[in-house]
Amino acid sequence: MSTLRVEGVTVRFGEVTAVDDVSLVVEPGVTGLIGPNGAGKTTLFDVISGLRRPTSGRVLLDAADVTGLGPHQRSRLGVARTFQRLEVFGSLTVWENVVVALESRRRPAKLAGELLDRVGIGEFARNQADTVPTGAARLLELARALATDPSLLLLDEPSSGLDRAETEEFGELLRQLSAEGRSVVLVEHDMDLVMGYCDHVHVLNLGRLLVSGTPDVVRADAGVREAYLG
Amino acid sequence: MIDLVDVHAGYGRIEVLRGVSLNVPRGTVTALLGPNGAGKSTLVKVLSGQIRATSGHVHLAGVHVNDAPPDELARAGLCTIPEGRAIFPNLTVAENLRLMRGDPAVVYDRFPKLKTRRGQLAGSMSGGEQQMLAFSRALLTDPAVVVVDELSMGLAPVIVAELYEVVGELARSGVTMLVVEQFAETASAVADQVVVMTHGTVSAGHDLATVYFGGTT
Amino acid sequence: MTALLAYTVFGLVTGGAYAVVAGGLVLTYSTSKVFNVGHGAIGMVMAFLYWELAENRGLPQWLALVLVVGVAAPLFGLVVERFIMRRLVGAPVGISLVAGVGVLVGLIGVAQVIWPPQARPVRPFLDQLGVHIGQSFVSGHDLITLLCAVLVAGGLYVLLNRTRTGLAMRACVDAPELAALYGTRPHRLSALSWAIGSALAALGGILLTPVVQLDYVTMTLLVITAYTAALVGRLRSLPWTFAGALGLGLVQSYAVAYLPSSPFWISFRAAIPALLLFVVLLAMPQSPLRIGGVRGQRGVAVPTALTTGIAAGLFAAVVLALALLVDSVVAGQLALALVFGIVLLSMVLLTGYGGVVSLGQFTFVGIGAVTVARLGSASPVSLLAGAAVAAVVGALIALTVLRVSGLYLALATLGFAQLMDKLVLQSPIAFGVRGSLQVPPVVGSATGQLLVAAGVFVLVGIGVLAIRRGRLGRRMIAVKDSSAACATLGLNVRWIRVWVFSLSAAIAGLAGGLFAQLRETVAASDFQLFNNLPLLLFAVIAGVTSVSGALLGGVLLMLLPVLQSGFPAFAGVAVVLLGVAAAGLARDPNGLVSWGFRAWTWRRA
Repeated sequence: MSTLRVEGVTVRFGEVTAVDDVSLVVEPGVTGLIGPNGAGKTTLFDVISGLRRPTSGRVLLDAADVTGLGPHQRSRLGVARTFQRLEVFGSLTVWENVVVALESRRRPAKLAGELLDRVGIGEFARNQADTVPTGAARLLELARALATDPSLLLLDEPSSGLDRAETEEFGELLRQLSAEGRSVVLVEHDMDLVMGYCDHVHVLNLGRLLVSGTPDVVRADAGVREAYLG
Repeated sequence: MIDLVDVHAGYGRIEVLRGVSLNVPRGTVTALLGPNGAGKSTLVKVLSGQIRATSGHVHLAGVHVNDAPPDELARAGLCTIPEGRAIFPNLTVAENLRLMRGDPAVVYDRFPKLKTRRGQLAGSMSGGEQQMLAFSRALLTDPAVVVVDELSMGLAPVIVAELYEVVGELARSGVTMLVVEQFAETASAVADQVVVMTHGTVSAGHDLATVYFGGTT
Repeated sequence: MTALLAYTVFGLVTGGAYAVVAGGLVLTYSTSKVFNVGHGAIGMVMAFLYWELAENRGLPQWLALVLVVGVAAPLFGLVVERFIMRRLVGAPVGISLVAGVGVLVGLIGVAQVIWPPQARPVRPFLDQLGVHIGQSFVSGHDLITLLCAVLVAGGLYVLLNRTRTGLAMRACVDAPELAALYGTRPHRLSALSWAIGSALAALGGILLTPVVQLDYVTMTLLVITAYTAALVGRLRSLPWTFAGALGLGLVQSYAVAYLPSSPFWISFRAAIPALLLFVVLLAMPQSPLRIGGVRGQRGVAVPTALTTGIAAGLFAAVVLALALLVDSVVAGQLALALVFGIVLLSMVLLTGYGGVVSLGQFTFVGIGAVTVARLGSASPVSLLAGAAVAAVVGALIALTVLRVSGLYLALATLGFAQLMDKLVLQSPIAFGVRGSLQVPPVVGSATGQLLVAAGVFVLVGIGVLAIRRGRLGRRMIAVKDSSAACATLGLNVRWIRVWVFSLSAAIAGLAGGLFAQLRETVAASDFQLFNNLPLLLFAVIAGVTSVSGALLGGVLLMLLPVLQSGFPAFAGVAVVLLGVAAAGLARDPNGLVSWGFRAWTWRRA
């Protein structure tokens, strides 16, 4: 159970501001992070997971400032993530992918099968990871992240590549993860998923935080409608 | 003008386009809308020759172009403006325009802002100005077909409006256009035809609000 | 004061020649994203061709120069681009590096075939002219060199900034895919840049010949200074590259002038190019953890413990049978093949699994050999000591270059190899003033040696496979596939690399000790810098991802000199073939053995 606090984070690439003075709080439960393409969602994930230093601003995890820590140190504090552009270990088998993560946290390798079954890709365990369908690869990234037993889980577009039924199952999995006391942040374009399963939603547009609130509040917000539907 | 028949394509083993058929008549504007991951950008890449269709047929002006490389298509009059900042960031604005071949004065008249920036590195401009510069190619090169991916992505509404004015002008001058958008309905305002893409296939007659906000509205 | 002036002029002149070479390197790299390791070899061959025309055939110097720089070199550049490099655009760094090394080694072979070793003086340009600046004399050749540097700098500037073609080239550098959408012809631009690059390599090579003598390897490796200059310009900026080249020329010139002339400092001077390469690499900004990773590579299947056991048993049976059948000469050769096989096992770990291309792996063999030789006797203890010393050096080198990866890391291994070569292996520190040391063997008979080598090969091979199946192996491959994902799973990516380097160095060091006691006499000449390159090529040709590949590579490495001495006419041709094969096979690091595996699985299917 972790509380994440992002305070005044700005990321500039040269003259372009990808994230512009964003402050937000992520409480335990499922949080949605939505916004049009180019809104800065993935960049914000990179900052939270430690892969990118912000130009200014701080990231706090349970009140401790982690801005200066590297990604592997944050992982040890319970942060895990998946990637929008898949980052599975393509030359390893699906099973080995999860084992690498388990071993990194000194957890027994025999948990790998359980985790793969839990996300529903047990059948692919022996396949080389770059040969499985996109949907399965996304779920593999989820299983791999879960293998580190995270308290804060960042999921970048987890449902793209999943079909309807798989998306529903994934939603149920989200509920379970939240019930286990993990904080889950979701960058997602599937609004059914966001509106149906998130406790709280932050909307980013053009690098700025547009609105924060419950799904109902966000849905009713005129600014969001404009950002999305033009 | 643009004619796709049952096109399949993807990356490696991952199939993204699962049988797309689409027809854009000569001199009309088609808006292609759909959520992220639907396969819109892949479709643009197939059209521009950056990705080969694994099956199906791609015709441009009646010519079968499945195997044509992107530079050949470009020289034959296809102007593709890909997603993101489709300019050369480390060249100046003037150099970017020089690459497009044509009279920069046309662009400077349409986008006076670019004239004041002509000696500046293109990458140091704002997102809107960069998109104007990228869009200049459609004005300068006298193309037969223009394909724009994510025209309004990350841009302020004022600039989007200005760009769509240009889309309208081009359409009136007889250019065939395919405009890809993720969220904006602005595209439908100037479009002769609106097509919605989900899960790698094209479907007609979707209500956009249903696509984005689920059945709840 | 006049001395300072003279050395400054001298430094600027050599710097100018480096600038010409480095300018070509940057041009080809920035337009094709292929770093041409063989750039110096192109300059070398073209300098030989110039000698042939101007000195041997008696053509006027200017005509020979025009023919070589204006015709032969650009044509050669076009051929290399069309048949080798074009296929490598977008390939992982390791693959294009190996292809470049293939070109390099192949060209050295070509030069050896056409121009057998002999003294080849080359007259400087305008040697009767010259000017006095103060009390120092600047020769006509020096002036020509400086003039060429200025002309090349100016020419490249005009090309890139004032012409359409140059503009298109810069556009291709900036955003290659977008440039294609603009209708620019990427192949034509890349061919042009290779033609110009190769002409510049030729010009630089010819300008340098009066200074460095016409020699295959020396001239080829002279390019290390050009690499350094190109790195000063981050492989992008021509002005910085030129400034870097002039600066490096000055530093080297001043070093000659003002460093003491004791034996140590003499070898130190020779090591300055490598040292500077290192310094520049260390000053590079930290490479970020790359996101948007490569796809996994199709490796050969990893054998299970059972298959490994069966294969080891079969191997042991074959070796025993051979030990009984063959005479002592052949037994000795087979032992040598297995020792080379162990060296290649170290590369299976580092390159095959870890994805790091090392241009300095043979150096660790040298370290192991020196350690055992210095300990005075070959025993299991001294062999392990050799491995341990190599491991420590390997860890140190990995720690030093912790910040860089990919191409820069490969260049760092080359810099390290040259540094070790000049400072240790080729200096009296290692092999004494006579340059060779005696090593009493572990066992006297050749058959005994074969069994020892086979035993160690089996143990190390099983060890490497065990690592691959175990935790470290999984981690190594995970880091290779996506370092960003590894970091977010809590792994310290850079430490894993230190481990890999160190372990791999230990294996190479162990092989070095075995090599020393097998040979009984080891000399500095056994561990020349150049030997690193064929080693890498054999590894890749035979298969750098499997133990069987290491075995095949070892046999090939052993056979090369045997064939060369048996058929002297074949010597150079073999090297050419080696280069060509590597350049062709670079795409598939699983190598020749994987064809065998594939045939096998196909038959069973």
